[in-house]
Amino acid sequence: MDQFHLFPPQASTSAQEVDHLYFTLILISLFFITVVFLPILYFCIKYRRGSAADRSNPLNGSNLIEVGWTTLPTLMGLALFGWGAVDYFRIERKPANALQVQVVGKQWMWKVQHAEGKQEINELHIPVDRTIALTLTSQDVIHSFFVPAFRVKQDVVPGKYTSEWFKPTRPGEYHIFCSQYCGTQHAKMIGRVVVMQPEAYARWLQTGEQTESIVRSGERLFYDRGCSGCHSPNSKFHAPLLQGLYRKPVPLADGTMVTADDQYLRDSILQPAKQISAGYDNIMPSFSGHLTEEEIMQLIAYVKSIGREESPDQGKP
Amino acid sequence: MNARVATEIDIRTEGEFARESYLSEHTVRSWLLTTDHKRIGILYLFTILIFFAIASVAAAMMRIELLHPTGGLMTSETYNKLFTIHGTLMVWFFLIPSIPAVLGNFVLPMMIGARDVAFPKLNLTSWYLFVFGGAFATWSLIRGGVDTGWTFYTPYSTTYANSHVISMAAGVFIAGFSTIITGMNFIVTTHKMRAPGLTWFRLPLFVWSLYATSLIMVLATPVLAMTLGLISLERIWGVGIFDPNLGGDPILFQHMFWFYSHPAVYIMILPGMGVVSELIPCFSRKPIFGYPWVGCASMAIAILGFLVWGHHMFVSSQSVYAGMIFSVLSFLVAVPSGVKVFNWTATLHKGSIHFTTPMLYALGFIGLFVIGGLTGLFLAALSVDVHVHDTYFIIAHFHYIMVGGMVTGFMGGLHYWWPKITGRLYPEIWGKLAALTTFLGFNLTFFPLFILGYLGQPRRYHVYPPEFQIFHVLSTAGASILGVGYVMPLIYFIWSAKHGRAAGPNPWRATGLEWQTSSPPPKHNFKETPVVTGKPYDYSAEKDVDLDLANL
Repeated sequence: MDQFHLFPPQASTSAQEVDHLYFTLILISLFFITVVFLPILYFCIKYRRGSAADRSNPLNGSNLIEVGWTTLPTLMGLALFGWGAVDYFRIERKPANALQVQVVGKQWMWKVQHAEGKQEINELHIPVDRTIALTLTSQDVIHSFFVPAFRVKQDVVPGKYTSEWFKPTRPGEYHIFCSQYCGTQHAKMIGRVVVMQPEAYARWLQTGEQTESIVRSGERLFYDRGCSGCHSPNSKFHAPLLQGLYRKPVPLADGTMVTADDQYLRDSILQPAKQISAGYDNIMPSFSGHLTEEEIMQLIAYVKSIGREESPDQGKP
Repeated sequence: MNARVATEIDIRTEGEFARESYLSEHTVRSWLLTTDHKRIGILYLFTILIFFAIASVAAAMMRIELLHPTGGLMTSETYNKLFTIHGTLMVWFFLIPSIPAVLGNFVLPMMIGARDVAFPKLNLTSWYLFVFGGAFATWSLIRGGVDTGWTFYTPYSTTYANSHVISMAAGVFIAGFSTIITGMNFIVTTHKMRAPGLTWFRLPLFVWSLYATSLIMVLATPVLAMTLGLISLERIWGVGIFDPNLGGDPILFQHMFWFYSHPAVYIMILPGMGVVSELIPCFSRKPIFGYPWVGCASMAIAILGFLVWGHHMFVSSQSVYAGMIFSVLSFLVAVPSGVKVFNWTATLHKGSIHFTTPMLYALGFIGLFVIGGLTGLFLAALSVDVHVHDTYFIIAHFHYIMVGGMVTGFMGGLHYWWPKITGRLYPEIWGKLAALTTFLGFNLTFFPLFILGYLGQPRRYHVYPPEFQIFHVLSTAGASILGVGYVMPLIYFIWSAKHGRAAGPNPWRATGLEWQTSSPPPKHNFKETPVVTGKPYDYSAEKDVDLDLANL
């Protein structure tokens, strides 16, 4: 890693896309630099004071020329906008069938949990040529999960789930940086992504302590923390059942509809009064402060999983 | 400008100038209670130089720390406080007041043939507010500093930072009112106090750019005041507007902050463009090419500049569709800037180009601003911005605009109007040398940072992976050259204020009204109100004039 480079390694599918636009922008910049700097240089030499150049009939303006050099950059700008926007749309859209990884940022470390339950800190082991989707949140300030080799970056916001995906194309080790200033040790909130061959990744998953899957942890929490006391068919309390809930529209007491996504489930655990399901009373206590961000993610993973059992087509977006 | 001015400037002796000039009184009282726009401009000049010096020392310390990947010179806490000092002081206490409050205050009334600004007492009030705000900011530094960065992002600034956020916010809040008052003063002055015959499309382009700037100052700064007020409320009482644990939204802060701070970027570049629009015609001895287009471009930038704030938030989790709208508008706001550059270039055609110090700065401005502007396109392009956001690429880009653009414009304007301000000439050879030194030093400091940013080096890191070191070393080397380039004018300006040769009313043979009165000007600028009969920039390249100050 300790050599002289002008460009970061291209290690994901989006890295190539971003670099293509970047190189095009460099070419366009060189074009404009040429059409501005060359005439300036030429005029400065030719029309330097005292030179014998012809200065008769100078032009002091021309609407035709002005319209020309207003229109051309506008069209170029719109084309560049379109290009960048199409790529951005792809970068921001969460793909289907990705390997899910949960990431919690805190001052000043990254805590990672894989679907299989394996946890790591400031490291992210992933297999090559698989689409990886991160669900990110922060337990304190805003951080930003940045992997230069993948050309992706996403702010990690407290109270909110954001997502980021990439498909690594080259095994190797790459930097993880926190790119949003987050306090004293911001510069130490760094880590590495280890992109491995699938077999090596499978072996790595088996190393260390055997852990339970994230769904299993969520299920245990669901019973241990008393969720099941109300959210079950034979409960004496009137609470919504969660089977098949994930990604379904939920009618609310105020007449609006909301989709039961990760953010909705999170808010319902921490701020249950915010969105009351139609036909139910506001009786659920807030679990704010009683669950860690990781535990909330595990619970949501469990609710997602019981959603899938009820309706097998939920894997599709 | 075709103007008939009934003054007797040319036959007066130097002694008489001195007696009548705005500088003739020497008491402290005569300075601190002055309502003369020219004296207030000079009060601003000294005040912003103090903040420029403090903020530059902070930058120098950071650049030295960054020489080595593991730092070692200071703790991370100190480093974080240094970049906060550098950012807050440079933005609010140097760049924003630099051209408007110093050069604008000094020349705007003279350029439109007025005796003073519309509200001279408010003008002095605005300086006192500025000093008062600066004192709060300095107080927060003395008490131990602030570590939030100049952007004060929540919830770090509201809930987590253990530093003097409130006193710094109070300082910026108060200085903001100084900006609002100056802006309002300029707007009213431009509307109501133009000399007879000075119609809107006969105004010098510097006046157009100050007018556009003032609109932004008046419309955007109140939003900053509200935002900083909310931060303080949240820190003191935990009202929960930005705190997610209380149902608030930290991203809301970013919308409010950038709704002010993006237009503020144009407060920090439009006046520089205005200065360049004065310098290029004067030293090419030609009317500016496409006058109405250059003037209207300033207004277009001011208006579009209000609609692009979300391009600071492409990875913040704002909606993808909002991102697209902000992206397309950001590409469009680049167009009027491009139009200005093309018109400046066309002005040189068939000119008679004098390479004086102000002209060197003006040409340097174009060169650096073009690079700054083009790299802005990289940031407006959504997918590329996702990668370079919050890296050194951004640092390089906005320094090309703010230092390469605004500070270069400020230096060009200061050299251009220095003979008017002091009545004396600075040593031209040293001026040229300093202009060249800053240009080279600047490029060496900031060009490597584009590459560093694309490699992925995040901003606000005091330690970094070793493969980035070479670029930091180049940048620090450049910064030391840049420092020399800024110290040189400081020395020869001070020297020339006393020992420089008398400049006479119009050493540049320029056509603006400010050149048709003595240097330094009398207290009320003109003996008789000038009457304007023609277009500005009435230069002719076919007549050869001698502006070589070394030979004067």
